[in-house]
Amino acid sequence: MFSRSPLSLPTACQGAKRWLIAAVLCSILLSFGQFNRYYLGVAMDVGINIILAVSLNLINGYTGQFSLGHAGFMAVGAYTAAKFSLVFAVAAPEPARPVLFLVALVLGGAVAALSGLAVGIPSLRLKGDYLAIVTLGFGEIIRVIVQNLEAVGAASGLKGIPKYTTLGWTFALASVTVYVVVSLVNSTYGRGFIAVKDDEVAASSMGINPVRYKVTAFVVGAFFAGIAGGLYAHHKQFLAPTGFDFLKSIDIVVMVILGGMGRTASVALAAVVLTLLPEVLRPVSEYRMILYALLIIGLMMARPQGLFAFGRRAVK
Amino acid sequence: MNVSQPLLSLRDLSVSYGTIKALHGVSLQVPEKAIVTLIGANGAGKSTTLRAISGLLKVQGGSVVYDGREITNELPHKIVGRHLCHVPEGRMVFSNLTVAENLRMGAYLRRDKGGIAEDVDYVYGIFPRLKERWAQQAGTLSGGEQQMLAISRALMSRPRCLMLDEPSLGIAPILVRAIFDQIVAINREKGITILLVEQNANLALAISHYGYVLETGRVILEDTAAALRQNPQVREAYLGE
Ligand SMILES: Nc1ncnc2c1ncn2[C@@H]1O[C@H](COP(=O)(O)OP(=O)(O)O)[C@@H](O)[C@H]1O
Ligand SMILES: [Mg+2]
Repeated sequence: MFSRSPLSLPTACQGAKRWLIAAVLCSILLSFGQFNRYYLGVAMDVGINIILAVSLNLINGYTGQFSLGHAGFMAVGAYTAAKFSLVFAVAAPEPARPVLFLVALVLGGAVAALSGLAVGIPSLRLKGDYLAIVTLGFGEIIRVIVQNLEAVGAASGLKGIPKYTTLGWTFALASVTVYVVVSLVNSTYGRGFIAVKDDEVAASSMGINPVRYKVTAFVVGAFFAGIAGGLYAHHKQFLAPTGFDFLKSIDIVVMVILGGMGRTASVALAAVVLTLLPEVLRPVSEYRMILYALLIIGLMMARPQGLFAFGRRAVK
Repeated sequence: MNVSQPLLSLRDLSVSYGTIKALHGVSLQVPEKAIVTLIGANGAGKSTTLRAISGLLKVQGGSVVYDGREITNELPHKIVGRHLCHVPEGRMVFSNLTVAENLRMGAYLRRDKGGIAEDVDYVYGIFPRLKERWAQQAGTLSGGEQQMLAISRALMSRPRCLMLDEPSLGIAPILVRAIFDQIVAINREKGITILLVEQNANLALAISHYGYVLETGRVILEDTAAALRQNPQVREAYLGE
């Protein structure tokens, strides 16, 4: 395992690969099932949030940076993928659509990854609060751009996006995200993310290039946020710039923190809980958001190490 | 002392933190396979010197020559690739990784699987405590064990020259003994050149061949370790006599 080239996935993840295949197959089966529309919608929200939280965890949890720009990356992916579909997929013959949808998602991810690169570069010089402010600024800039860009509907939003997102797509891509992040950090190369977080000086004196890891985390994290954005666009069928403000970023940050920062499985679980919680609270309508906020505060006080953080590799 | 072909040499090195100058033209030589120590009071500039050599700090003047090549202001991870390895002050282990994972990070730049396994066995041999705790998270080790791990992790990069910054700092005396014994062994058995920074001059001079005394960013004295131990000035200022 030592001798593999730095970017290759480790052999230890053979088991994980099997899980991935199983998860993707289940997801495909799911897409043939018939479900209540409401539950189906919530389930897709859950999947999309898993992708967002797990990918942000690579940046904030494993590499120890503090990004508040995840909604921005998501927006880049959402608008890119939606625009692509509106231009190319709608006119295409039916059988070509799944392929075009995949292209739209990957394109959204790729453009988001490029913006991740642009944001990742300042992370070379900035830390903590300063980095948080830069990423926050980035998210706001993206929002202002789409708000004024006629081609994507400007302030009135982008309408008529085809409904291509299914439960199958969502969970297949959520599984891929989990798989990629887990295999990335569990490789010898990937231990470098944790090393950079633990001690940048010591990491450099081991021959690790911290800059490369920080930027890689941003690029990979942004890529999957972009994918999540694409799924979201083709699930809601409508995009409004206000949907990607910094509150959305905070929501994702809360999932990562509540999940224990740097533990993929528990961050994914936190994403599930925090997506379902507002739905469960729906009957108490007007107090819903207050209760939600109070519950989060309570959970954080009860388990500051992370809701599902047991044993090792939790952040102190 | 034969310094005709030093492995590492500093010429007139100056380093500043902002506007404050910390090193005022430090020159020193480290011959291959020697143990050279840099002693001095707290704040003399010992750590600054090591950080400047390993590229963690920017050098404003002078040069660092290693193995016949100028490496002044190269990036830290490039310098490690030249087998010049720095164990920073304060036992900076990766606390969220296990002992074994820390060791593996030390071999980050290496691809020779067999050699890496051999070196893991070697460091477990010299520090059996690490072997017992291989699966433990490094953050939960005692201070002395973390220092052992920091040195071992550096050894995993197969250094030709190892720079140790205060390996005795804040460690139980019994573990200090074990660590210093192993520093000597590493030098003798593996032929690794060592530049040892210490506030504890007694300890450092006892195992070194040659020494430099640093005061407020300047070398004020240099000699063989044996001679420095006899030097009245050193005895009074650094050996507590
Ligand atoms: N990060 C820093 N910023 C500003 N000044 C520093 C910094 N680190 C060290 N110094 C100053 O540089 C001088 C040398 O420090 P250092 O090399 O750490 O000394 P030593 O290792 O010999 O105790 C001291 O005056 C110290 O205050
Ligand atoms: Mg020091």
